[in-house]
Amino acid sequence: MGFIWFWIVAVMIVAYVVFDGFDIGVGILHPFVARTDEEKQLVIRTIGPVWDGNEVWLLAGGGTLYFAFPLLYASAFSGFYLALMIVLWLLIMRALGVELRMHIHAHVWHAFFDGLFFISSALLAVFYGAALANVIRGVPLGSDGYFFLPLWTNWRLGPEPGILDWYTVIGGVLALTALALHGALYLIVKTENDLQFRARVAAKRLSLAVLVLTAVSLPATLAARPDGLDNYRSYPVLFIVPIVILAALAGVIYFSRTHDDSKAFGCSCVYLTMMLVGAAVALYPRLLPSSNDSANDITVQKALSGPHTLHVGLIWWGFGMCLAVMYFVIVYRMFKGKVSLEGGGYGH
Amino acid sequence: MTALILHRIHFGFTITFHYLFPQLTMGLALLIVVLKTIALRRNDERYNQAARFWMRIFAVNFLLGVVTGIPMEFQFGTNWSQFARTTGGVIGQPLAMEGVFSFFLESAFLGLFLFGEKRISPRMHWLSAFLVFVGSWISGFFIIVTNAWMQHPVAYRVLPNGVYEVTSFWGLLTNPWALIQYAHNMSGAVITGSFVMCAVGAFYVLENRFSESGKIFLRVGVIAGVISCITQIFPTGDIHGRYMAKHQPASVAAMEGLFHTQRGAGIVLIGQPDVERQKIDNPLVVNDVLSFLIYGTTKAEVMGLDQVPRDQWPEPLPLLYYAYHIMAGLGTYFVLLMVVAAFLLWRGKLFDTRWVLWPLMLSFPLPYIANTAGWMTAEIGRQPWIVYGLIRTSDGYSKYVSSGNGLFTLLGFMGMYTLLSILFVVLVYRIIERGPEIAASAQVAEPVTVA
Repeated sequence: MGFIWFWIVAVMIVAYVVFDGFDIGVGILHPFVARTDEEKQLVIRTIGPVWDGNEVWLLAGGGTLYFAFPLLYASAFSGFYLALMIVLWLLIMRALGVELRMHIHAHVWHAFFDGLFFISSALLAVFYGAALANVIRGVPLGSDGYFFLPLWTNWRLGPEPGILDWYTVIGGVLALTALALHGALYLIVKTENDLQFRARVAAKRLSLAVLVLTAVSLPATLAARPDGLDNYRSYPVLFIVPIVILAALAGVIYFSRTHDDSKAFGCSCVYLTMMLVGAAVALYPRLLPSSNDSANDITVQKALSGPHTLHVGLIWWGFGMCLAVMYFVIVYRMFKGKVSLEGGGYGH
Repeated sequence: MTALILHRIHFGFTITFHYLFPQLTMGLALLIVVLKTIALRRNDERYNQAARFWMRIFAVNFLLGVVTGIPMEFQFGTNWSQFARTTGGVIGQPLAMEGVFSFFLESAFLGLFLFGEKRISPRMHWLSAFLVFVGSWISGFFIIVTNAWMQHPVAYRVLPNGVYEVTSFWGLLTNPWALIQYAHNMSGAVITGSFVMCAVGAFYVLENRFSESGKIFLRVGVIAGVISCITQIFPTGDIHGRYMAKHQPASVAAMEGLFHTQRGAGIVLIGQPDVERQKIDNPLVVNDVLSFLIYGTTKAEVMGLDQVPRDQWPEPLPLLYYAYHIMAGLGTYFVLLMVVAAFLLWRGKLFDTRWVLWPLMLSFPLPYIANTAGWMTAEIGRQPWIVYGLIRTSDGYSKYVSSGNGLFTLLGFMGMYTLLSILFVVLVYRIIERGPEIAASAQVAEPVTVA
């Protein structure tokens, strides 16, 4: 049961990163690829009808984490208190940036909400990357299962880490570039002409940056978590994960050149998925490792809810996911194709 | 300020501000379905125009509900981690189900509902409105299930490691407290929706601008208002009160300001509770009524606070007492106003009766106050327990989040929510100012992109 729920939560987090990831990426690229007011509006149009649904993965995933692993939810959310609150504020700002821009037609109003959209998207990406890096590095868990981390201390790994240190900042920068790339590839699929051209240029540069940062992140991860390869060594077949990561990146670069745009975007989805899967594989069965004493690790076993809760959960979760997938198919089908400024909020 | 008080204010402030929006979302969703149904059945374009106008307000309101709602799910973990850790196996379940069954549904059909009218058939558009309504009401149900378990825990057991788990899924979802509270709460949401609709309608009629639309708003708003105001008191409020008297007698005693156990207890209409001397100052009491309301006979004995150990009195008691009295007083006013308005509507005189149109226009903030006061009654009434009778609130908060960090984020939320309030008022006022009679082509020129 623990194994199943570990992967259910992982799947929901992956869905969140892959879906909302391109919304965030579009936000990061917004000031760079869109020049005119029409283009800026058009770029927001590309995520308009879908961003809200994409964000639901965060809520549904958070709720699932809450009831399947209450200890993890309680410990991590209170321990990363300040970072989480900032994430909440950024989510609020991003939603306003997307939705309120077109309510009043004034340059100042547009510029303000564009700025809000960009800043919140960029910082969200950095915080998400840093969050994942924190989980990999581990936190100073006490024997009662709790910890509290300030935003930063001395920027080093060690007995008193902060949420931000050199390692987690690498994670944040990697997430920033990877999601920006993801957004660029999405924009290429959804736009035409000048916008598409600029998105192509951005994707080309970003894909190289992601390649370099991915290569840097591996030794950095081993420095932060020396036992990070243990699971891989026990089951060498798992080395397929890093191979797929590299193949996906190669695919992004190759298909960007040949203008197979949806394939390039698909490879980016695979890349993000496998990066998360790679981290999950390295951690399992730990959910949140302790940075000072492995006896205090929060493991699947320790955090798992009662058997009846999980049994019932499996039934409604399966049913609910079928519905969710159906809604997503409906919405994305209605929204397929390039966006334009004519017609309602949907594309054509 | 202690960390406990701070975390209570943190949650209390953010949930109070949040719930200003969903109550209108849920109430308005129903009223929009009513408008769309009339438009479809009578083939009457005026009702479609009315529905489109309220959809514009709905969109802004929904957005604010979404952005202020996300912090709520996370605050169980951030500020109430000990509570989350022990009870996550129970209440995490309805919270996750809200995301899976309600938010996906709403997010998928809201875009279609708000911007798809010209691309789909009238029936499909009616269906998308209906599904948004269903989504928002399902969402309310799961939140009530969560809260009802904290008020009246059922279908649980405690595992050896001290955490709670569900023993019966249906038992959790059909908690009697949840069903009663849900009926009472949703009726309250419809009251907010009706009063807001009536207020805009009365404004247009009194201003003599868009008065045709204003009359439609008044007609629908007054009929929905009179029904929901009556159901708010009877049966939902009545049953809720009796059930509470049975299961949370200390809360009822504190709400009513009943310090001493009495046969033939009277009801205090007005008065200030003096907790130190255990009496009500300047009381205006109607004899025997409390006994009658709870037990159906004027002679019954009602338990007072003197039978409750001092460390189990709800805290802060005067706030609980006032919250309850404000809710009940406003509820009574709502019935009076709506019955008069409904009578005049029936006689065909409402649109010319200025002394009723004025209070209809000005009363729209009152349901917000009454709904908030009702929730304060429920939540303070539950104190000092976070799960009634099982876990104390003082054992639920995050021990490692210092009061300094808590105050920092509380101030952050206060600042941000102040700005949100200003934005909301400005945007909604612009929609009301522009009026409902916008040509269909002009509407396309404003492509908002909510999904």
